[in-house]
Amino acid sequence: MSTDAQRWVAGHIASLPKSGIRDFFELVAKMKGQDVISLGVGEPDFVTPWHVREAAIYALERGKTYYTSNLGMIELRREVSTYVERHFGVTYRPEDQVIVTVGVSEALDLAFRAFCNPGDKVMFHQPCYVSYHPSISLVHGAGIAVPTFAQDNFALTAAALRAAWQPGAKILMLNLPCNPTGGTCTRGQLEEIAAFCREKDLLVLSDEIYSELTFEGIHTSIASLPGMAERTIFLHGFSKAFAMTGWRIGYACGPAPLIDAMMKVHQYAMMCASIIAQEGALEALKHGWDNVVRMREQYHRRRNLIVRRLNESGLSCHLPRGSFYAFPDITATGLSEQDFSVGLLQQQKVAVVPGLAFGVNGRGHVRACFATASDQVMEACDRIDRFVQGLRK
Amino acid sequence: MNPVLKLLIDGGSLTTGQLAQVAGLTEAEVHQHLEQLRREGIFLGWRPVLDLSREAGAALAVRAVIEVKVTPERGGGFNRLAERIARFDEIESCYLVSGGYDLLVFVRGATLQRVASFVSEKLSTIEGVLSTSTHFMLRCYKEQGFLLGADESQTQRLNVAP
Repeated sequence: MSTDAQRWVAGHIASLPKSGIRDFFELVAKMKGQDVISLGVGEPDFVTPWHVREAAIYALERGKTYYTSNLGMIELRREVSTYVERHFGVTYRPEDQVIVTVGVSEALDLAFRAFCNPGDKVMFHQPCYVSYHPSISLVHGAGIAVPTFAQDNFALTAAALRAAWQPGAKILMLNLPCNPTGGTCTRGQLEEIAAFCREKDLLVLSDEIYSELTFEGIHTSIASLPGMAERTIFLHGFSKAFAMTGWRIGYACGPAPLIDAMMKVHQYAMMCASIIAQEGALEALKHGWDNVVRMREQYHRRRNLIVRRLNESGLSCHLPRGSFYAFPDITATGLSEQDFSVGLLQQQKVAVVPGLAFGVNGRGHVRACFATASDQVMEACDRIDRFVQGLRK
Repeated sequence: MNPVLKLLIDGGSLTTGQLAQVAGLTEAEVHQHLEQLRREGIFLGWRPVLDLSREAGAALAVRAVIEVKVTPERGGGFNRLAERIARFDEIESCYLVSGGYDLLVFVRGATLQRVASFVSEKLSTIEGVLSTSTHFMLRCYKEQGFLLGADESQTQRLNVAP
């Protein structure tokens, strides 16, 4: 009999590639203690505001340590409903159209498991967050990557969608503003995408986790467009705007039968999100807006700074309208994104993430997160400049 | 609002060169803005925020907060007396407050005796000062926005994350 433990691993997991970020993480981890400035993170540099932490501590003191309703605490669902209506212009009933999840990541997994039959086709724009394509593979779905381009500021266009569309496509996954590109769509562009979804009868999963971090104009949710709420699952959470990544808390809103389907998976797989995280989230929604605005102002300044400096160094970089990522084109250096990232790390001790980690359309780019203190961003830009000028010699 | 003032209010500790980069200005323009703010009496000066309890040899390590009751004067109210008190070098800050006393005064001195003698010989003998109540500060937990002791720096954040 074989002694290889690998034989127990399911086939579709064995063939699932590891995240490209993982390799790079190992490389950076080896340089511990060497004054590395990391622009490689995907989370705020702010600690969760104290009033939120204090509310969670208070909840613990009062003995809030039990399960909640599968859908999440009704008080939190009411606040979510109010918040989404006020900020996104879509109304969801807290009783049956909102589910609280362990971050948007879980919400996404629930959605794929609830809506995707084996072989169903799921369209997603790329470059994109590292988990989208693997999550589709995990439910035996077939991913269709739709490219977005620097010349469009990485906005998704209906034309690109139409070109990539295949018969049998069932779901469109959106992430606007986008990790890693910072790309967003104008209302006009979204209306064209919405029309396409109605024409092709697509269900939309819209991950809007970066929506509060929109620097120019107003964020529009596709769910708010006419005829879209009934075919959209709105996914959101607290990690980015409220600086609550480690709490793992998010939510999904949508038509009651679809939320009910997601709830079936959730109740068997997860039961409920952590009650302490739910208490923190409740406090964040009730009293956290001032901090969201304060942090956004900081990100806005850092964005202007890093984009200007990268362009001055000869790395062509579009101005991301949202998120906290710059996604410069590094092809002018003559290096691949992998060689650029490794060289920059080893020679100048700045960590960025090679664009290929976000899909083949990320080639020629790197992701630089500017959720780092301004003086660190400036120092990182100085080092990047030295690295790029060094290549020219 | 003056772009430099906005950055100053946010409380980062940036050099003028860094302020210039963040605001998208030249360093000379930052200096012009600062000069303008100085002329307008908005920007008073730079001060480091220090935790002198960690420096054994530090002078001026004893601090006290003093509640002062005074008699207001016809015409000037509290102003003449408050301005007179505020001029002492020992006094770091001086506020007119509502409530059970009139002036709240922050004092710094080399030793407990120096501060005590300042209060008994200078402050309380000023004509119009009715009473003083001195509280010596024992330990500082937060100084002008800086938490002391509790390190919440980002050392635990992963260097690379999705």
